Amino acid sequence: MKTILSVLRKEVLDNLRDRRTLLTAVLMGPLFGPLLFAVVINMSIDRALSSAESVLEVPVIGAENAPNLINFLATRNIDVIDGPADTAAAIEAVKTGEHDVVLSIDADFGEKLSEGEPARVQVFSDEANQDASRDMRRVRGAVREYSGQIASMRLFARGVSPMVMRPLNIDEVDVSTPSGRSGILLGMMSYFFIFAMLIGGMYLAIDSTAGERERGSLEPLLSLPVTRDQLMIGKILGACVYMALSLALSIAAFAIVLNFLPLQKLGMTPNFGPLAAVAAFFLLAPFILVGASLMTLVASFTKSYKEAQTWVSAVLFAPTLPIMIVSILQVRPKFEFMFIPSLSQHLLLVDMIKNEPVVPVNIAVSVVTTLVIGALFMAISARLYRREGLLG
Amino acid sequence: MISVENITKSFGKVEAVRDVSFRAPDGKITGLLGPNGAGKSTTLRVLYTVIRPDSGRALIDGVDVVASSLEARKRVGALPHGAGLYPHLTARENIEYYARLCGLDKETIAERTEATIEELEISEFADRQTKGFSQGQRTKVALARSLVHNPHNVILDEPTNGLDVMATRSLRDIILKLKDSGRCVLFSSHIMQEVAALCDDIVIIAAGKVALQGSTDTIRERTGCDDLEDAFVQAISTVEPAA
Repeated sequence: MKTILSVLRKEVLDNLRDRRTLLTAVLMGPLFGPLLFAVVINMSIDRALSSAESVLEVPVIGAENAPNLINFLATRNIDVIDGPADTAAAIEAVKTGEHDVVLSIDADFGEKLSEGEPARVQVFSDEANQDASRDMRRVRGAVREYSGQIASMRLFARGVSPMVMRPLNIDEVDVSTPSGRSGILLGMMSYFFIFAMLIGGMYLAIDSTAGERERGSLEPLLSLPVTRDQLMIGKILGACVYMALSLALSIAAFAIVLNFLPLQKLGMTPNFGPLAAVAAFFLLAPFILVGASLMTLVASFTKSYKEAQTWVSAVLFAPTLPIMIVSILQVRPKFEFMFIPSLSQHLLLVDMIKNEPVVPVNIAVSVVTTLVIGALFMAISARLYRREGLLG
Repeated sequence: MISVENITKSFGKVEAVRDVSFRAPDGKITGLLGPNGAGKSTTLRVLYTVIRPDSGRALIDGVDVVASSLEARKRVGALPHGAGLYPHLTARENIEYYARLCGLDKETIAERTEATIEELEISEFADRQTKGFSQGQRTKVALARSLVHNPHNVILDEPTNGLDVMATRSLRDIILKLKDSGRCVLFSSHIMQEVAALCDDIVIIAAGKVALQGSTDTIRERTGCDDLEDAFVQAISTVEPAA
């Protein structure tokens, strides 16, 4: 035990003086996530808020043919501006992206309307253009609404209740809570946490194995009266210290950044106060052992520092894979998933942020299986360290 | 005292060491002499227990290096070939780390660290981080590190490699001091003059086999050469290369 602590202490001290290890552990890993997150959230808030309330300017061809429609559009915050002269020019303008949506009203619009025949309104837009789709829906919705009003009035004029047109009353009830809506977006957080955690221990894991060998300090170390298991465990625990530091900083940075983001405007109120942040740390902490052992294991296999860097970077993405798959498939937390490290942490964390009840059994299973798998990796690394080929 | 009995070691198909036996007594300097790739390092690695022999056995003060390797390691201070230091730690911290790993108590750690720093004359740069140290300084710190637990046996693998004349001289003085303190010193080299100047006994190894061993005088006698270099060349030419 004393030996393990000596190794641990030395690795922590040694890497504390290595600027690169320290910077990645305390700056790059923990801050990369929150900053990216802040930027992404801000951008989506801008987009979500800009459209509904702001004035949408739409060029209309033949506006003079339907003054009432134009007036109606104005009440829906859609202003008519000058635009292309004819439909050919309109198509061109939409294609080049000069305008997102162009309306065209036929010359016989008024005539058809008064005769009770369908009067044509053309809406030009590019369906492939994601940015334009919201504007397009707004314009189309407004025109439909206008059409609906006229239809109701016609029925009314004929003594028929407009209710005839509505055999069904569709009422959509969204049961997602504000915290629940946060879940999807904030699910990204667990990804960042795990990433920051792994990055924090990466250089130490490489330095204490492949680096040690490359430096020529491994052989004298192995000739000391200590077992290789003790050395290995000390080194893995050293990586754990840095990973815990990175994780804690990353969670703290997130908790702070979230305060400055106008998430309520997006209808999200994530449950991520100081208490939840602490809980998040302990929920994720068991994964530190898995990450540290896995990175050390991989780094011990390699012949040089550079080779180790390549392989360990690949390891950084392995734990994020289940998270991504689950995010894409939108699966609900299930008991079976609690046996998969990284995935179980992600699901539990998302539930907590969404303010949904977290099942204690799930937490227990997640913690225990993750620690067992971590210990297993640790044993494999130690076993690998006993090989003679280690010296290369 | 170190004794090696019929050690063999192969790496895949390469027979690095073939039936090597010799003794390195206390209070003497024994030189393991041989051309590059003769099996010197492999033999020494077996002795400081980082690799296991395929057959034969080796004893450090009577302790088997395979059966009780931890016990054997306590009795050995090893300076492997090209031993590296931790560049972000000071020389003192490098030495203290080894002292701690050897299980010394706090007072002994401080005491022994100070003693080795003085013994190897490194106090001048003891509290500087070791990155940027010269090869001579590095070798001294690495040696101090391996001597911190006061081992009775010292194994040095080509310690003078890459050292300039002054550093080599100073290292030679240190090795002589180790001998005078009654320790068993075993060191390898491929440099004839160095071995001749320093060693009491010489073991000449070629192609994984012991070609000749004995005191410097015995070797001159046996080969019939006055010049030690001629003796060396003649000795290694008698060994048939490994299959």
